[in-house]
Amino acid sequence: MNIAAPQASALQDDSIEQPLLSVRSLTRYYGTRIGCADISFDIWPGEVLAIVGESGSGKTTLLNCISTRLPPTSGTVSYSMRDGVLHDLFKLREADRRFLLRTDWGFVHQNPADGLRMAASAGANVGERLMAVGDRHYGHIRETAIDWLDRVEIDAGRIDDQPRAFSGGMRQRLQIARNLVTAPRLVFMDEPTGGLDVSVQARLLDLLRGLVNDLGLAVIIVTHDLAVARLLSHRMIVMKDGRVVEQGLTDRLLDDPQAPYTQLLVSSILQG
Amino acid sequence: MSKPHALIVSGLAKSFTMHLRGDIELPVISGADFVLTCGQCAVLGGPSGAGKSSILKMLYGNYAVNAGSIVVRHRGRETDLAGAEPRKILEIRRETIGYVSQFLRVMPRVSALDVVAEPLVFSGAGREEAARRAAGLLQRLNLPERLWALPPATFSGGEQQRINIARGFITDHSILLLDEPTASLDAANRAVVLQMIAEKKAAGVALLGIFHDADVRDAVADTIIDVTGFAPDRRAA
Repeated sequence: MNIAAPQASALQDDSIEQPLLSVRSLTRYYGTRIGCADISFDIWPGEVLAIVGESGSGKTTLLNCISTRLPPTSGTVSYSMRDGVLHDLFKLREADRRFLLRTDWGFVHQNPADGLRMAASAGANVGERLMAVGDRHYGHIRETAIDWLDRVEIDAGRIDDQPRAFSGGMRQRLQIARNLVTAPRLVFMDEPTGGLDVSVQARLLDLLRGLVNDLGLAVIIVTHDLAVARLLSHRMIVMKDGRVVEQGLTDRLLDDPQAPYTQLLVSSILQG
Repeated sequence: MSKPHALIVSGLAKSFTMHLRGDIELPVISGADFVLTCGQCAVLGGPSGAGKSSILKMLYGNYAVNAGSIVVRHRGRETDLAGAEPRKILEIRRETIGYVSQFLRVMPRVSALDVVAEPLVFSGAGREEAARRAAGLLQRLNLPERLWALPPATFSGGEQQRINIARGFITDHSILLLDEPTASLDAANRAVVLQMIAEKKAAGVALLGIFHDADVRDAVADTIIDVTGFAPDRRAA
């Protein structure tokens, strides 16, 4: 029954009493229109949280706010930095926030072109983030890049090719390698399988599931696809009109949805 | 001296509210009380639709609970599953309560051996040790070795069920829930599963199962929990 979702890594236990990321009463208006309103949740190390809802439900606004790409109108987002202290992200210096985004976090965009440098080689795309954390040794960078291309199932012979010569699925896998190479603790994903063929999607999901398990990553993934949420996430937040309608254990929300809107979403899944 | 309890259910109630069907209220279970004892197998009895599967799903956290408590011994402490946070439920599944479902939810590219080994890896065992024990279980359940490296998507119903059983039995969880684990097995493999259940009992595991086959039920059950006794008062509905 629980085979689909990866289990939180065994590292997660009572000794880690502090969440990695803590969101409180987060609200974002666009003028007088609500983007997302009064959102609160925590995410712990090794946990995968899916934010689901249809287009316009506010899930991307929420993702952009918690990843500090968009300032909220009110509310707080706190992150447990490597010093073990929770910091309010919007009170950090810009330079610290950028460093966080480049090293301790990853962001996987729906469109790989938004997350890759399309005119740089595949190897450079992966190596760039290593250099951001201070690696200057060319041989080591190239070796690590080859290792990561292999982990995302891209032939090492393609290391000097530019991603624009890659298929959509390969580009997405390259974007994932670029994000994971610095061993981030938290990765944001915005519809990572959107726009891919079904067979390519399945391969990417398998790959992501394996990597998340092996690395013990915390992931916040935005998707409109409940099958993706079932496969990858432990917990789920269902959004509608900018607000949370229901949140909880992924398989419970799918097997026993309580809110009328969640029941509608679940009853709309095609039986496979 | 009586054996200790592994899980205590009190006043458990469950109903579904169908918001898309004019908010119809569908009561399934009410006032369920029972205990699971270490080293014993309890079997849920009653006709189809009496709520046996609903009880298993509440005990595993898949269904929300409307009233009552499910107190489980976890990490040496008594924890109420009914009101537990998602994170706590995941921890309990990882360490204390195992589940053999009726159907295997398959992953496209994960091999049968890895599917079986996975719960042991998640509970902290090394990969080699997990793979070794997975191979041992698949061998015992007579799954041909040429299938071990293949994803189970194309396997027959009986083969998939044996993967599911191996996956459920591989860990040392102290409570094991079984939803019709022998339904599509032949006699030889059914006998293997009965033997495996007996071994779990001997190891002090508390089991709760649904078995429609009367022979299997008679062979494993220490107690029968009659679910018809938990039927909600339908006059009030």
